[in-house]
Amino acid sequence: MAEIQLKNLRHSYYPNPKTDADYALKEVDLVWEEGLAYALLGPSGSGKTTMLNILSGLLSASEGQVLFDGRDVTTLEARDRNIAQVFQFPVIYETMTVEENLAFPLKTRKIPTAQIKERVHFIAAELGLTSLLKRKARGLSAEQKQRISLGRGLVREDVAAILLDEPLTVIDPAEKMALRRTLKAVQLHLGVKLIYVTHDQHEAMTLADRVVVMDDGEVVQVGSPEELFANPAHKFVGYFIGTPGMNFIDCQLAEDMLIVGQTRYKLDAVTAKKLAMQSGGLSFGIRPDFLTLGAEQPGFSIPGTVVRMENHGDEHIIAVDIGGSQMLARVEDSVCADVGDAVHLIPSGEAIRIFAGQHVVPLPQTTFGGSS
Amino acid sequence: MSQQTSHKPLVKKIVLTLFFIFLLAPIYWLTVMSFKTDTEIVTGLTLWPQDFTFANYTTIFTTKSWWSSYINSAIYVSLNTIISLAVALPAAYAFSRYRFLGDKHLFFWLLTNRMTPPAVFVLPYFQFYSAFNLIDTHIAVAIAHCVFNVPLAVWILEGFLKGVPKSIDETAYIDGYSFPKFFATILVPLIRSGIGVTAFFCFMFSWVELILARTLTTSDAKPIVAVMTRVYSGAGIEWGLIAAAGVLTLIPGILVIWFVRNHIARGFAMGRV
Amino acid sequence: MTEFNNRAWLFVLPVLVIVAFNAIIPMMTMVNYSVQDIFGPGNRYFVGREWFQELLGDNELRNALRRQITFSTLVLLIEVPLGIMIALTLPKTGRWVPFCLIILGLPLLMPWNVVGVMWQIFARADIGLGGAAITALGFDFNYSRDVLDAWFTIVTMDVWHWTSLIVLLSYSGLRAIDPAYYRAAQIDGASRLQVFRYVELPKLTGVLTIGIMLRLMDSLMIYSELFVITGGGPGSSTSFLSQTLVKKAIGQFDLGPAASFSIIYFMIIVTLSFVFYRSITRVQEGE
Repeated sequence: MAEIQLKNLRHSYYPNPKTDADYALKEVDLVWEEGLAYALLGPSGSGKTTMLNILSGLLSASEGQVLFDGRDVTTLEARDRNIAQVFQFPVIYETMTVEENLAFPLKTRKIPTAQIKERVHFIAAELGLTSLLKRKARGLSAEQKQRISLGRGLVREDVAAILLDEPLTVIDPAEKMALRRTLKAVQLHLGVKLIYVTHDQHEAMTLADRVVVMDDGEVVQVGSPEELFANPAHKFVGYFIGTPGMNFIDCQLAEDMLIVGQTRYKLDAVTAKKLAMQSGGLSFGIRPDFLTLGAEQPGFSIPGTVVRMENHGDEHIIAVDIGGSQMLARVEDSVCADVGDAVHLIPSGEAIRIFAGQHVVPLPQTTFGGSS
Repeated sequence: MSQQTSHKPLVKKIVLTLFFIFLLAPIYWLTVMSFKTDTEIVTGLTLWPQDFTFANYTTIFTTKSWWSSYINSAIYVSLNTIISLAVALPAAYAFSRYRFLGDKHLFFWLLTNRMTPPAVFVLPYFQFYSAFNLIDTHIAVAIAHCVFNVPLAVWILEGFLKGVPKSIDETAYIDGYSFPKFFATILVPLIRSGIGVTAFFCFMFSWVELILARTLTTSDAKPIVAVMTRVYSGAGIEWGLIAAAGVLTLIPGILVIWFVRNHIARGFAMGRV
Repeated sequence: MTEFNNRAWLFVLPVLVIVAFNAIIPMMTMVNYSVQDIFGPGNRYFVGREWFQELLGDNELRNALRRQITFSTLVLLIEVPLGIMIALTLPKTGRWVPFCLIILGLPLLMPWNVVGVMWQIFARADIGLGGAAITALGFDFNYSRDVLDAWFTIVTMDVWHWTSLIVLLSYSGLRAIDPAYYRAAQIDGASRLQVFRYVELPKLTGVLTIGIMLRLMDSLMIYSELFVITGGGPGSSTSFLSQTLVKKAIGQFDLGPAASFSIIYFMIIVTLSFVFYRSITRVQEGE
């Protein structure tokens, strides 16, 4: 296990990058702590794969350094890095048995046979592969093959991190849960560092201790799943995490009033001054989970008309037109409203976030807390 | 480690170069010889013509029995390619879209025809085609070559047709296409690459075949492959002439490879050869 | 699921007609001849299994078969490993790729007897570059007099002619391997040899089966090249099944024995191909 540090790292696929847009990976300064499970989350094209390839040593970053426990490995190849990788689709040695597959990375490193046997059996037990050890790998299911791939990384006691590149893509939904549980258990038992690449927020949130969110070649936020949900630092994190994502409503500042739809929020002088200094348009952000329907509260509730209802069993997602833009609210089943009804949306004051451009404006929790 | 990686490309290059020299040396020799006079050929080894001449090629282009044999070959090879494609396309479509009584056996039986040595057919073909008065016609050779080209064409085309989703057929019918119109205007353009690859293989195998072509022709339709054999076995061999004739047999193949090169590359990419 | 539809036979009909015309009717003629003794039109006798019995005890057929198997084994043993090796050394991308593929295609596009003519010339010590080169190295090389030289010439010629086929097939197979397999092997610390043994070879078995089958079938049918280059000689040392058959059918016009020979020949090829195919697929499954 090791701590991995990325120092002023940048990567471009062009020989002479000029503008920021030429970089597939914009400047990153990041420490991947020992023994934690990380998820690298982002849509396709966000730079996840570039980051992964730089970590694994397939790509050599054009600028900056990669340090493993302080050792500079920036220019080392994959085999010299003590990194293991599980790919999107199962990559195994089809002509070998499961046992031979698991033993292979140790055999190539000239580890004594008895030691290999012991380690292979230990890891096979961890992964639930013991009964399959003598079977040919070829005939197994995709899920079992992914376990073998993972096992080939785990058998190596010196491994610094195991990179998993969307490893559940080709797995049947029914078996996804089981494999996810195994991943989590293995991570807890063996304390191995997993770096899990995915575009699925649920996978990221359930598996990882820390989520690294990427968008457009940039690391936009690093944090625990709870943190990302509660305090998105970037608009992208707001709408990429959570189902449905955060509501963003363009708003204007008029003296000490913040105008959101037809509602005017009274701000204290310090906040008003702070917001006035921001460059980039302001927007008002609130998660659908923190909106309810209720009676009008002048200067706080947001009036609008229900335009759509989605029944999700024990709860509803209600879309409300607030004059030009829409807000989604997640409300309990007991709340009654029909399409066309005029309603008032009541936000939880402490869950309101104000963004300037793409980034959040740090404000005290009580800014909007007063009137509810 | 680093030493190994720096050596490897060099070793690769040497191996590849040696192999290409092995492939090209006989062709080089044939080509060089075709530009030499017979005297120069028999009097000593020269790596390059001392007395450069086009006389051998001139002879071929001005002697009817020579140039007409190239035309004969070209005619039956083209005929064969067209016939093979025309009959193999619907069959390949059937194999790729339907299951029917005896389909598996039929497919295997077709492939056994690719395994039959042409020498086995020499005798019955001669008698059989004589009975239909087809001996010494282009069409006889074209049809005879179908025995190995049709199974091959069905096999290759079936692979390409399997890659076309069935929903395309259904959409076309819903849009009111008749079957022949659908086949000609939608399906055929979709598998252009497959047809290119198939045409290439039909052309190649028909062009290089000797036994059947020689058996079924006597004079009017005699192909270049047979003419070469005949001249060759005569006395007082004209080496330069034979070399020139040999070089000329390579040209149609190179032309065809050039025309279908993109289709073949795509065929390769699709994992079918 | 594909539809079960017997109307599909309509689509297959043209193929059936043309192949029946070319294969079924001639084959029936052969079976018919093989059981008769024919002296001329209207002058034939039913002889039953006689020709078959005679042929099976015939030394000419047996020797031809023995030489045929030696030849086919030899060329397969050289062409398959050589072809795989060349495919591994070919560049995967770059401007040289089309150039390499065209050079590889050249031998395949040459009419078979022209291949024979070319090698006949090339291997001659007096007017051929290859023969002269071997002579210059101090060997007394003459393929029309010496059996070993003749074999060396025809095997070299076949390797020249057909290795490209294995190269092209293996190359397309290698290109189809996902880069992730190489990456995984690299991460596991595999050597070049191990990458070949555990990553590349298993992925090549499909195309190699096709390649080896085609080479086996075609090497069992070889005729045109040898007809020109050695004519089966010296003596009958390079006379294989096709040469022996054509000599019987056309040269001696022994219709009955030639027909029986054809049928036996056909059976040998189908059997050998089938046995070979089964053993390859069994090895693959057993892996």
